Amino acid sequence: MLAVLFYLVVRTYAQQIAQQSQDRILEASLTSLMDAAVVREGAVEVDVPYAAFAMLDTAADDRVFYAVHQGEALLTGYDGLVDGPFEPAARPAFQTQAFGEAEVRVASLTQSLPASPAPVLLTVSVAQTRDSLAGTLLAISVNAALFGGAFFLLAAGMALWTSRSTVRPLSQMAEAVARRGPRDLRPVVRPVPTELSPLVTSLNSLMTRLSASLTQSETFIAEAAHRVRTPLATVRTHAEATLMRVDKDENRAALRSMIRAIDESSRAAGQLLDHAMVTFRGDQMEQRPVDLVAVCRELVDRLTPVAEMKDLVLVLVAKGPVEVQGDPILIQNAVRNLIDNALKYSPPDGAVRIEVGADPVAIVVCDEGAGFPVGQMAELSQRFQRGVNAGDTVGSGLGLTIAQDVAEAHGGRLELSNADGGGACATLYL
Amino acid sequence: MRNIVFVIAWLWASVLGAAELEDRQMFHGEDGVTLRVLSSTDTDIFAPILEGFIARNPSVSLDYAVAGSADIVTLIAECGDCFDVVISSAMDLQLKLANDGLARRLDGLAQGGSQWRQSVFGFTLEPATVVLNRAAFEGRALPTTRQALIEALRADPEHFRGRLGTYDVRLSGLGYLFATQDARASETFWRLMEVFGNLDARLYCCSGDMIDDLASGELFVAYNVLGSYASTRPETLDKVTIITPQDFATTMMRTALVLESTAIGDEAEALVAYLTSGAWAAQDRPGFPLPSIGQAEVPGLNVVSLDPGLLVYLDRLKRALFLEAWSSALLR
Repeated sequence: MLAVLFYLVVRTYAQQIAQQSQDRILEASLTSLMDAAVVREGAVEVDVPYAAFAMLDTAADDRVFYAVHQGEALLTGYDGLVDGPFEPAARPAFQTQAFGEAEVRVASLTQSLPASPAPVLLTVSVAQTRDSLAGTLLAISVNAALFGGAFFLLAAGMALWTSRSTVRPLSQMAEAVARRGPRDLRPVVRPVPTELSPLVTSLNSLMTRLSASLTQSETFIAEAAHRVRTPLATVRTHAEATLMRVDKDENRAALRSMIRAIDESSRAAGQLLDHAMVTFRGDQMEQRPVDLVAVCRELVDRLTPVAEMKDLVLVLVAKGPVEVQGDPILIQNAVRNLIDNALKYSPPDGAVRIEVGADPVAIVVCDEGAGFPVGQMAELSQRFQRGVNAGDTVGSGLGLTIAQDVAEAHGGRLELSNADGGGACATLYL
Repeated sequence: MRNIVFVIAWLWASVLGAAELEDRQMFHGEDGVTLRVLSSTDTDIFAPILEGFIARNPSVSLDYAVAGSADIVTLIAECGDCFDVVISSAMDLQLKLANDGLARRLDGLAQGGSQWRQSVFGFTLEPATVVLNRAAFEGRALPTTRQALIEALRADPEHFRGRLGTYDVRLSGLGYLFATQDARASETFWRLMEVFGNLDARLYCCSGDMIDDLASGELFVAYNVLGSYASTRPETLDKVTIITPQDFATTMMRTALVLESTAIGDEAEALVAYLTSGAWAAQDRPGFPLPSIGQAEVPGLNVVSLDPGLLVYLDRLKRALFLEAWSSALLR
C-alpha cells in the first residue's frame, strides 16, 4: 500500500520535473528566437540562431516544430501549429496538444516589437514531441516501481523482526513467571523493552500487594496461635490441679479428656506458630553451616523426658558430624515435628529411631507404629491432612507440612515410606 | 502535415522552377517487386551498390531515379507515394522529411550519431574538398587551407579570373548545406566568397559538371566539391588534385530513409539495412568512390551532425538572409 503510494508520488513528481525541464529548454529556444527578431524597414527579420533548434536535440531525437506569426499571419515555419488571436504576454504559454499524428508540447510567446509607424505584434512558437520525456518517465517509473517493491519487502521484513523481538521478552517473562514456585512473589527484575515496563510494573505491584496480604494473614495466624496458647497453658495447669483434688471417677475422666483437648489445642497452636515461622523464614532463609547430628542430639536430649512419659526410647544413629548449608532453626523445627509425630503414633515400649546419613544428606525418623496408610502418602504432607488411621491421636495435620516446607526451602524433599517390619519412616533430604 | 511540406516545397519550387528527374534507370532482379529509389547520387557512381543489393536480394528490382537534392523535396511533395526510398546528400532536407513525419521508423539498423529518430540513416562520410586543375598550378604552391587559397588567388587575380567555380547554393541542396555549415564554422568562408565574387566565379548545379570543367581546363579551382566524384573518373584523376582543407573539412553523410507511404516496407528496409551495413564498401572494386561511414574515420573531419539544428537554415527567413549575404558576396 505504502509502496504503491510511493510509486505514484514519485511518478507524478517525476512527470512534473520532466515536463518542467522540457518547458525550460523550449523557453530558452523561444527566447533565442524572439531575440533574433528585428524589424528592419517595416519588415520582420528573424535570423534564427543555430542553437535555437540544436538545443532541442534529445536522446530520443524528438521532432521539432516552430512558427513565427506577424500579427495573425504566418511569417515562417509550420502552419497550423498555433492559432490566433495572439495577445502580448510577459511569460511564454505552454500547452500539450496534437500536431499532425504527433503529440507535442508547444511554447508560445507573443511580444510587441517597437517599429514605426506602429509596433509589430510578433508571436514565436516552438514545439517538441514528447518521446524523450516518455522514455525518461518510463525509466523513472521502472526505477520507482523497483524501489517501491524493495521498500515494501524491507518494511515487511522489519515489521516481522520488530514484532518478533517485541514478543520475545514477553514470552520469556511469561515463562519465567510460570516457572516460579507457589510462594515466590519476588518482583520481576528481568530487563524488558520500554513498551512492556507498565505491564511489569503493575505485575510487580500486584505481587507486592499479594505478598503483603499473605504475610499479613500468616502474621495474624501466628499472633492468634500465640494468644491462644498462653491462656490454654493456664487452663491446663488449673485442670491438672483440679484433677489432683477430685476423687470421683467420672469427674476425673471428664477432667482427663478436658486436659487432652487442651493439649490438642495447644499443640495445634504450636504447630501453627511453627508453620508460620517456617513460611516466614523460608522466604528469607538464613544460610550457614549446620551440623545435623548436633541438631538431632539436642532434640533427642530435649524430647527424651516426653518419650519416657510414654515409655518410649529415642535412638540416635549417626557416625560423625554431617554439615550442610542451611537454617538451623528451620531444620530443628522440621526434625522436631517428625519426632513428635513418631512419638505420637508409636505404641508404648517401642523405640523411635533417628538416623543421620551423610550421602545423601538425609535425616530418617522411624517409629514402630501402624505405618502410613498406603495410597494416602502423597496427600499427607498437605496442610491439615491427617491419616485415616490416626484414630484419636492428638494432631493438627501440620507436622509433615512443616517438614516438607523446610525440605523444599533447602532445595530438598520429604519422603514417606513404611518399614518392612511395620512402622512409618519419614526421610528428610536436604 | 502534407500541406506544410507542400508550402515549403512550393517556396523551393518557386526559386528553382519546375523540378524534374535528371536520370532514371531500371536495375532488374528476377522480377518480383520493384523498389522505387529517388536519389541525388549520379547513377554511374551508385550502380555498383545497387547491383550489390540485387545480387543479395534477387527478387527485388530497382527503379533508380536521380534528381538534384533540392528537387527531391519538391518531387516528394508533389507525389509522395511515387517513391519508396530517398537517398540524398542534403542531410538537412532529409532530416526535415523525417521531422515532418514522412520517414518510416526502422528500429535496430544503427545507433548513435549516424541516425536520427531511427528514420534517417547516414551511410557514407564525404568531406567537401577543393579540387584544382593540376596544370593551372604548375610551379605554384598547392593551397591546403582556405586562407592559403585566398592568398594564392589574391596574388595572381588575372590568372584565376573566370576560372573559379562553386555550387550555386540557390539550386543545389548539397551546395547550400556545405555553404551554411562553412559559414557556421568560420568567417573565412565569407572572405573566400568575396574573393570568388571579385574574380567572377562561375556557379554550378552539380559536382559532376565542375569536375568535367576542371578536367577540360575550363576551371582552375572548384570549391566545396565532393572529392568522391572526381575519384570516379580515372581519366580525370591525373588532371586534377583533390585537397581536403586542413583548417576544417565540412563533411556530410549521405543518408537514406524509407518514406512512410511505401507499400513495400520490408524491401525498402532491406535496402537501407544494406546501405548502413557497409557491406557494399567491402567490394573488391578499384576506384570505388564512396567512403563508407564504417571505414576508419579521418581525424579532423568536421562532420555535420544529424540534429534539429539542421532545420535552422531551412527556415524561410533564415534562408532569405543567408542567400542575401551569399549573393552580395558572390554576385556583383
